[in-house]
Amino acid sequence: MFYREAGQFKNTYEADQAIFPIKQDRWFIVLVLIVAYVIIPMVANEYWYQAILIPFFIFSLAAIGLNILTGYTGQVSLGTGAFMAVGAYATYKMCTAFPEMNIIIIFLLSGGIAAMVGLVFGIPSLRIKGFYLTVATLAAQFFILWLFNKVGWFINYSPSGTITAPPREVFGILVTGPRATPETRYFVSLTMLAVFALAAKNMVRGHLGRSWMAIRDMDIAAEIIGIQPLQTKLSAFAISSFYCGVAGAMTVFLWLGSVETEAFDLLTTSFPVLFMIIIGGLGSIMGSIMGAGFITLLPIFLTNFPPMIGIDMSVALQKHLEEIIFGLLIMGFLILEPLGLARLWQIAKEKLRRWPFPY
Amino acid sequence: MEILDLFLFTPLADIADSPIFFAEVVIGGLLTGVMYSLVALGFVLIYKASGVFNFAQGAMVLFAALTLVGLMERAIPLPLALIATMAIMVGLAFAIEKWLLRPLVNQEQIILFMATIGLNFVFEGGGQIAWGSNVKKLDVGIPDTSFEAGGILFNTFDLSAAGIAAVLVFVLIIFFQKTTMGRALRAVADDHQAALSVGIPLRTIWIVVWSVAGFVALVAGIMWGSKAGVQFSLSLIALKALPVLILGGFESIPGAIVGGLLIGVIEKVSEVYWGPAFGGAIEGWIAYMMALAFLLFRPQGLFGDKIIERV
Repeated sequence: MFYREAGQFKNTYEADQAIFPIKQDRWFIVLVLIVAYVIIPMVANEYWYQAILIPFFIFSLAAIGLNILTGYTGQVSLGTGAFMAVGAYATYKMCTAFPEMNIIIIFLLSGGIAAMVGLVFGIPSLRIKGFYLTVATLAAQFFILWLFNKVGWFINYSPSGTITAPPREVFGILVTGPRATPETRYFVSLTMLAVFALAAKNMVRGHLGRSWMAIRDMDIAAEIIGIQPLQTKLSAFAISSFYCGVAGAMTVFLWLGSVETEAFDLLTTSFPVLFMIIIGGLGSIMGSIMGAGFITLLPIFLTNFPPMIGIDMSVALQKHLEEIIFGLLIMGFLILEPLGLARLWQIAKEKLRRWPFPY
Repeated sequence: MEILDLFLFTPLADIADSPIFFAEVVIGGLLTGVMYSLVALGFVLIYKASGVFNFAQGAMVLFAALTLVGLMERAIPLPLALIATMAIMVGLAFAIEKWLLRPLVNQEQIILFMATIGLNFVFEGGGQIAWGSNVKKLDVGIPDTSFEAGGILFNTFDLSAAGIAAVLVFVLIIFFQKTTMGRALRAVADDHQAALSVGIPLRTIWIVVWSVAGFVALVAGIMWGSKAGVQFSLSLIALKALPVLILGGFESIPGAIVGGLLIGVIEKVSEVYWGPAFGGAIEGWIAYMMALAFLLFRPQGLFGDKIIERV
């Protein structure tokens, strides 16, 4: 009744090619943005920001990055954590070397550095495919984290082995460091996510995204119709690593404040981000965000829900239960709905179109 | 010049200085390599017969070892516990075939790979919920003493591990080459559809293969478990086995063996002689880097089948 495009005529090509061609979708996005920018800051407290919202935005960004590489280009990577670490450590180095520089610009530059590292580790993708490549990305994961652990230069020879976000201001407002308010960090990460999600959405429907998808669907055929595998695969690696790098920088500077390399471990970062895109939907920007939300919320739900209904769980049991649920969800989604939550969302919209009189 | 010294002359001089110590390092590497091969074998078996790259193999090792220890803690004698664990692994093979492989038949390999990552987490979580997550000691009565022969120190445990691995490989090769089931397995590995059309039951094959992989996981679990204790980190040896597979090729049993030995030696030698030059702890990635460099020249591994692509 409410969700249908009947009567929405398009008179220009621009209107026809809009990201959200249906008016209700545009309203929905506006609504989401209003909720995120106006309503949530009015009701949220520090726990909400620190435990749910900020990690959700950061992981969404990382998931979009991985989805570009895995969902759109078909190159499964387990090196997400390493590329995030590159972003984080590059930001730290630049931020301490040039204290005057705007932190947002440093974020972007660090993304660029992560992109270059991604390029290097993407070169093998021209020769090797499938899980051979996945194993190659594992090489990146282990090597890069080892490097940050071993070479003192990256952490300014800090004796604790951690990097800590120094206080930095943007337009006179403290954005990073221990004294920055959660609201500020929330707004900055939200804005980053909104801008980069929009950019990704535009990329995947343009020439670049279409060539990624062609490579994913069948690389030889794509090559024959004139898509250059070299540029296409490497651009996917670079852009994906850029997103991951920015997300990694945000992890340190907007969320945790101070990290060791363990924060970007295979098990704490790379796998969860892969799960986000499998559950959320391979090859979907919306799906990456939904998957990130799901994976961030599930542990919080498992911590809080059983005590509420009177079941006491030990921390270990909870952790293992979480593993089992993640595992079952992965298998379940791959079997029942390989396109993930994004597809369910799409089906819901299609159902809504005919509601309340389905035929 | 200083760098050259650090990376080339010092290590080589060290090797030349004490060949006995070098031999000890190499033998140590070979014996660790045998253990890697044991894990890699499980991967190869499943890959050969169903084209599934089973990421959960490491978790299966953990699960099998946990089950065995758990049963033994409940005062069940070792032989009985072994049989019971094996029965559980076979039962899991049935479950996996029914609920995971059958619904995913005809999917792309990479989808199956991701599904086994899910399986990996279920095994890890499930095993630790069922049997507890504290470190357990596993003692199956393999003697663990050292003796000297020709100036080189040997450990009886490592030697028995190598012996067991050799027997296992021999049995597997006989099984694959000489029995009807083995022949059927090879046929399936070669071509699913052709195998089906000559009347080979695919489901049975998959169950058999996953059971055999479960058996290999159990053996690997026993060996690693009695060496390092049964705990969560057992499942991480799967990550050690991946470069072995790359080096040896995914489809080749001899490849898993040779690759395992090679990786074992490379890891130990580089850690001992080149570790200081890098600042230590290079064991974690050196195997991967070697595998990666190797891939660029021979993408199918040492013994793998040549990759032919058709549109």
